[in-house]
Amino acid sequence: MSRQMGDSHRRFLQTMMANGIVDEQGAKTLYQRCCEIHNTQYAPDKLDEFIDILNSRLQPLFMQIRKGMSEENGQQYYALVNMAETDVTRMSSDYADNELELFQKTMDLIVSSENGKACSTDILNSADTLTTKKLKKSETEHLLQRLVHDKWLTEKRGEYTLSTRCIIEMEPYIRTMYQDQVKVCHICHNFAFQCQICENPACSIKIHNPCVARYFKGRSEPRCPACDDFWPHEIPEVRRPHSHSRK
Amino acid sequence: MAQRRRQSAPQNQSQAAAQEEDDDLTFTQPSTSQVQRGLEKVTNAQVDQKTAEVVQYVLVKDQKKIPIRRADLVKHVVKEYRNIYPEIIKRAVRTFDQVFGLSLVEIDTKNHIYILVNKLDKEEGASQFNNPTNPKIGLLFVILSVIFMKGGVVRENLIWNTLKKLRVDPGEKHEEFGDVKKVVTDEFVRQRYLEYARIPHTEPAEYEFRWGQRADMEVSKAKILEFMGQLHEQEPQSWSQQYREAHSSSAQTGTSSSQR
Repeated sequence: MSRQMGDSHRRFLQTMMANGIVDEQGAKTLYQRCCEIHNTQYAPDKLDEFIDILNSRLQPLFMQIRKGMSEENGQQYYALVNMAETDVTRMSSDYADNELELFQKTMDLIVSSENGKACSTDILNSADTLTTKKLKKSETEHLLQRLVHDKWLTEKRGEYTLSTRCIIEMEPYIRTMYQDQVKVCHICHNFAFQCQICENPACSIKIHNPCVARYFKGRSEPRCPACDDFWPHEIPEVRRPHSHSRK
Repeated sequence: MAQRRRQSAPQNQSQAAAQEEDDDLTFTQPSTSQVQRGLEKVTNAQVDQKTAEVVQYVLVKDQKKIPIRRADLVKHVVKEYRNIYPEIIKRAVRTFDQVFGLSLVEIDTKNHIYILVNKLDKEEGASQFNNPTNPKIGLLFVILSVIFMKGGVVRENLIWNTLKKLRVDPGEKHEEFGDVKKVVTDEFVRQRYLEYARIPHTEPAEYEFRWGQRADMEVSKAKILEFMGQLHEQEPQSWSQQYREAHSSSAQTGTSSSQR
């Protein structure tokens, strides 16, 4: 396959810029479509090579298309990330200073929680402690909606988690800001926020829910892969990546 | 980066614009020999780094369809490299072309304002105007259609009345668009999709709409005519004047800066 950058790559990149993040199936469909439009060779298993070519040209611009797993469903995602600014200042064109401070507080809450979630009440309360400029309750609620809409946070039943995009994009920032607090998954070695924890206090390793599902699948008695203690949590089902068609 | 923060504070816009005008006056394009001498003092990697910053700045602005002023670019990004500005822009233009399939077009040569235009052929049925994911684009399309069908310029009342017929009342808060009047006369104008100007010698002041430069480059008049044809069950050719215009100018759409 040609290592040359072509219009199919450029179209792929333009779509990534418009969407920010796309799941693996979506990326594959897009890859195929871009190749078809520009009559270039398409090989179904060469998506990562295709992206590598783009990345080699994006790297001098401090940008990259990076792959990461969703903590929610275990699926792979591709996100276009900005490596020049990996901290929250990256968001400063869209959010005011006090809004960014609230986002940071939300991250604090999520990282310091056991299960990688922060409930809306705690976030609303932390809005009172802003040092820059206080946010009203309604403003905070509106801001949270925007953060979800812009794909920085994910919300489910009043609880907020870091979105896949946020984890992929802000990985270096999270690493430096929360180096003592944040743990990695024992199975996939990526950051673990939403996860299960070994209850043996001497061990207390973390495993993502989808990683738990895959790891314990078919084992009669689940035991911690690190300390061999009984794994007392409910073992989730392995979720099949749902096949969906994109327009 | 501090320069990005500015956007979130649209107040005092006219004041800020005036300020920027001053800045642009103090920036004179360096001569070829000045650039040559300037380049001797910096490494290639430093120029590339500056180029990357310029590319990022332009991309962020473009995502919101905000035109880029040369004055802003120099003041907030290029800064102490202003003596080699032409070289940096040359590299940025090359990057947009080779990596992103975009071209950086100067839409206003007097005030030095740039926008990004897509160089890739519009995918059939996938242009943002045929397949709007952003509902505001639909609103814009209606307004551009009215202006085009009426010969290129219309009084604002005609636009408001048309929108009212579509149950978009500029006097009321719309659940999708919010303040419709603001979206049309401010946002679309800022993004250069529309021009909104006072009709000379009107008292009280009356305003009229025209297509903006970005619309000229991004929107195909032939597509609008096709759409009107479907709407009225007529052949696009039956609007002979519009048809001629659409098919004489459509060849230029998206390839060069507009000449009107």
